[in-house]
Amino acid sequence: MKVLVAVKRVIDYNVKVRVKPDNTGVDLANVKMAMNPFCEIAVEEAVRLKEKGIANEIVVVSIGPKACQEQIRTALALGADRGIHIEADEDVQSLDAAKLLKAVVEKEEPKLVILGKQSIDSDNNQTGQMLAALTGMGQGTFASEVVVDGEKVNVTREVDGGLMTLSLSLPAVVTTDLRLNEPRYASLPNIMKAKKKPLDVMSPADLGVEIAARLTTLKVEAPAARSAGIKVADVAELVDKLKNEAKVI
Amino acid sequence: MSILVIAEHDNSSLKQATLSVVAAAKAIGGDIDVLVAGENCGAVAEAAAKAEGVAKVLVADNAAYGHFLGENLGELVAEVGKGYSHILTSAGTTGKDFMPRVAALLDVAQVSDIIRVESADTFVRPIYAGNAIATVKTSDSIKVVTVRPTGFDPVAAEGGSAAVEQLDVVKDAGLSSFVGEEKAKSDRPDLASAGIVISGGRGMQNGDNFKMLEQVADLLGAGMGASRAAVDAGFVPNDMQVGQTGKIVAPQLYIAVGISGAIQHLAGMSDSKVIVAINKDEEAPIFQVADYGLVADLFEAVPQLEEELKKVL
Ligand SMILES: Cc1cc2nc3c(=O)[nH]c(=O)nc-3n(C[C@H](O)[C@H](O)[C@H](O)COP(=O)(O)OP(=O)(O)OC[C@H]3O[C@@H](n4cnc5c(N)ncnc54)[C@H](O)[C@@H]3O)c2cc1C
Repeated sequence: MKVLVAVKRVIDYNVKVRVKPDNTGVDLANVKMAMNPFCEIAVEEAVRLKEKGIANEIVVVSIGPKACQEQIRTALALGADRGIHIEADEDVQSLDAAKLLKAVVEKEEPKLVILGKQSIDSDNNQTGQMLAALTGMGQGTFASEVVVDGEKVNVTREVDGGLMTLSLSLPAVVTTDLRLNEPRYASLPNIMKAKKKPLDVMSPADLGVEIAARLTTLKVEAPAARSAGIKVADVAELVDKLKNEAKVI
Repeated sequence: MSILVIAEHDNSSLKQATLSVVAAAKAIGGDIDVLVAGENCGAVAEAAAKAEGVAKVLVADNAAYGHFLGENLGELVAEVGKGYSHILTSAGTTGKDFMPRVAALLDVAQVSDIIRVESADTFVRPIYAGNAIATVKTSDSIKVVTVRPTGFDPVAAEGGSAAVEQLDVVKDAGLSSFVGEEKAKSDRPDLASAGIVISGGRGMQNGDNFKMLEQVADLLGAGMGASRAAVDAGFVPNDMQVGQTGKIVAPQLYIAVGISGAIQHLAGMSDSKVIVAINKDEEAPIFQVADYGLVADLFEAVPQLEEELKKVL
């Protein structure tokens, strides 16, 4: 079966994020960018399905400026077969991303679409579910285990009270959580090979989608800073402070 | 304005998070209805009817909603919600699962995880793991919003007397079915709403050592949490993860034991009133947010803490 994986280019998770002095956003100039960690997990899961002989083709898609071809190449180096870059310079919000992905789903007809549960920049946790609704597919969100079984997929989900397992008819959408797998690193030979793998570039217009942002960010501020408190000498002092100073026990 | 709040519950009791969502709805202003969708969820509907500020409770009681499947809830809420100006629910795993489907079906954006209401169309939400706080305005006619419960003090659970109305809308998309679940059973307070939380990290070394924390938690009546590293290593179950991509907590007292204080962890607990850190590394970043830091080996400090607490409690 064919698996479609969506990946997003975001600020590297190790980078200390700084809000711009004019409060219009965060400073992305000259900071390290990378594939969203949850998308790495999505790529890894697809590659494992291919290694098990369940998937026979992995198509990776990314939406964004030209630079996000880097992340597509990374996915190709990790084992995806071909890439689709939907070039969009403007801010593409979740609903539009889902509409673009829907158009790709209609063209490619994958049996399984795997996305990260959230991107670590906007922290929205929306696109996979929106795509599933727009395409009329079932969804297994926050997956910690994915088992394909004929025309069904069983997805174990990380939920507030523990774990929950669902059975979905294929085609279906899965969004990844942290425990689904541990992504591998790309080897140098595979990075070289990835450069020759096919990568199609298209525009939202090619897919018949008009980008129409519904949300306007009025301002972005730094969070209220928490000042460091004091160091206590021992446990007795700690308990005394909690009881008599902070009065929280 | 008219606001539909989708209740978070487990078919038998209303989650406190819902009372915080009603508080967010009050901050927006307008008539507030609560939709309780579930199976044999009459007790939840009764509880919702007593919540302060609720005008009407709508109940969709059907097997199709028993396990809160996102496909079925999405269709139900999109249909019931289309007559409202706002649709709100809590940003727990159930709300995060079905609400974006509602937004997509209504062809509107979703505003996720708000912590403040500026006006009827403008909301404040953390982005970049809480490293930045964005004020976002939506131009859609129906505002679909998930609410971070720690951002809003819950309304009173008692005192209201809303009318309860049964709905006979059955949406069964037939796309997914429930297979099973593993629910962590615990008599401790729910992590998300506990007044005190004690969390362990990689420094705990294994799952057995968490018993030390359990004993302290029992003394304090605390909920128990963990860092991602502790969950990944299999010390404790996933539902204990506190952080950017786990649970968000804001108790009166948060005690971090053997946790370094990575930004993704801080994102889930830095709004706690008082933070205590116990770590043997005095350079650990957790000390930068801790009100009281104790540089010590946790294997000595935690048993001592238990003893000292026994003296004063
Ligand atoms: C996409 C993404 C999402 C993430 N989401 C989350 C999240 O939601 N929540 C989360 O917590 N993390 C999250 N993380 C992981 C995060 O970056 C850190 O890796 C993690 O929080 C580290 O956990 P830790 O502090 O337990 O472990 P470590 O960083 O290894 O720290 C262990 C600490 O224990 C101390 N210690 C060791 N032994 C002792 C002892 N005997 N006595 C006292 N102290 C001791 C050490 O000094 C050290 O400070 C995420 C990461 C990514 C990439």
